[in-house]
Amino acid sequence: MLSVLAGLKNPIMNGLLLGGLYGIVGIGMSMIFGIVRVVNLAHGDLVILASYLSFVMLSIFGVSPLLTLVLVIPAMFLIGFIIQYYLVNRVLGKDMNPPLLVAFGLSIILQNLLLLIFTPDARTLLTDLSIATLPVGGFLSIPVVYLVDFVVALVTILLLSRFFTRTYLGKAIRAASDDEGAAELMGINPKRIYAWAMAIAGGTAAIAGVLVGMTFTFYPHTGPDYLIIAFGVVIVGGLGSLLGTFLGGLILGLAQLVGAHFLGPGFQLISGYIILLIVLALKPTGLFSKG
Amino acid sequence: MGKSILRVDKVDVHYGDFRALWDVSLDVEEAQVVSIIGANGAGKSTLLNTIAGVKKPSRGTVQFKGKTINGVAPYQTVVEGISLVPEGRRVFPRLTVLENLEIGSYTPKARRRKREALSKIYELFPILDERKYQLSSTLSGGEQQMLAIGRALMSWPQLILFDELSLGLAPVVIKQIYQKVKQINVDGITVLLVEQDIQRSLKAAHKVYVMQSGRIRLEGRPETLSQEEIREAYFGLGGLNAKDPSGKDPLKG
Repeated sequence: MLSVLAGLKNPIMNGLLLGGLYGIVGIGMSMIFGIVRVVNLAHGDLVILASYLSFVMLSIFGVSPLLTLVLVIPAMFLIGFIIQYYLVNRVLGKDMNPPLLVAFGLSIILQNLLLLIFTPDARTLLTDLSIATLPVGGFLSIPVVYLVDFVVALVTILLLSRFFTRTYLGKAIRAASDDEGAAELMGINPKRIYAWAMAIAGGTAAIAGVLVGMTFTFYPHTGPDYLIIAFGVVIVGGLGSLLGTFLGGLILGLAQLVGAHFLGPGFQLISGYIILLIVLALKPTGLFSKG
Repeated sequence: MGKSILRVDKVDVHYGDFRALWDVSLDVEEAQVVSIIGANGAGKSTLLNTIAGVKKPSRGTVQFKGKTINGVAPYQTVVEGISLVPEGRRVFPRLTVLENLEIGSYTPKARRRKREALSKIYELFPILDERKYQLSSTLSGGEQQMLAIGRALMSWPQLILFDELSLGLAPVVIKQIYQKVKQINVDGITVLLVEQDIQRSLKAAHKVYVMQSGRIRLEGRPETLSQEEIREAYFGLGGLNAKDPSGKDPLKG
């Protein structure tokens, strides 16, 4: 019994840390679903696009991948704004299908563009952190890159939640997501607000993309993998709070690694989805959803 | 006679094929209280929504301070100086009371005078000051109506539109809120209100319009209109013997 518990400490630790990364992957999608009521099927591809942007900057500047965020975040911010303002906003309406199709088309275009430019080769954002581990108290060893993922994700989510409660734009975004019509009466242009929201979601995708690229290898077609993770995070965490989304990520990561520990590495993904199905069966609105 | 601030001229409004307003004209003088009464579905809310820019007229013009504003989006009519307190209050439930008020001062001009507006509104509705850090969904109906009014005032409007101000509120609260409306008007803000409670709006208004089936049937100063005239305009042809679909006599409230 004791040895089972002792064996669990690594998967639990790593699952939680990986879950932080999942949280930041899911947060942008959760935001757009909650605010614009659009399922952004291209979210995973935006994450991978950011990985490639960082990859390009690395090859030019040769700095640490985290430093490329200085340029990747604004770039993805701009891309997000443009996508929403010039594409998705045009098809927003009562019908949910047109924006879904636009996002789906965008996903295909992004994947093939990346394939054309970067070839199907596996890439990774090389950093010294990738192979380093941090021994904790002699009985636990943590991959440093996982720790970095977790900390960066947590800081991002804390900053985001400050943004949403402290700034006019943040409050306006929340107001528009509560009641679009009433927000418009207050002088808020919902279409513009949606573009800002997508810009911010793009910024989180930038952070997610750089972290993903530092942690794993990626290909032009990796986007949908992260889309599915984002879906999982949104379903488990539920809409309504940033922290809920982050916790959803932690639960998903934990489920994957603990499952893999007991059932073997081949069961990592499926054990995550089993948890997802359980949540869907018991609380379809997500564990941390409000209202 | 005062200066006209809002002029609605021969306006038609459609919802798809359904014609909700027929040739509606309205004139509101500065610093007055004007009320529009009528039964359910008479087109009162549609008219307010058209003035605020939520609905676009298919014919006719809406002029505010001499400027034509039909077809202008609601987020721009606020900038012009029109504020709508919508039917059902529609406060932002997941925002605190203070955040709701802050959103009311979203326009750049209003933002610069936010503190001043806040202190005025807290003076008008002290309860909002007490509850400012509470989520607005935790307020009672009357408090939510006060919040909706406060939120609309945050934009420093010259014209404030109230849609079904007393709907779903207790009589004591209604009385209190009407006192506040009077106070708002005394401060120089023009008030246009839509109401089903006829007695209440006759008492509050300088001028009354009676609507029925999307048309203006009667207009005038409340003291010059007879009960029979109002009853007939309210119910349409068949006048005196007709009944409100709700079964209530509107003149008795």
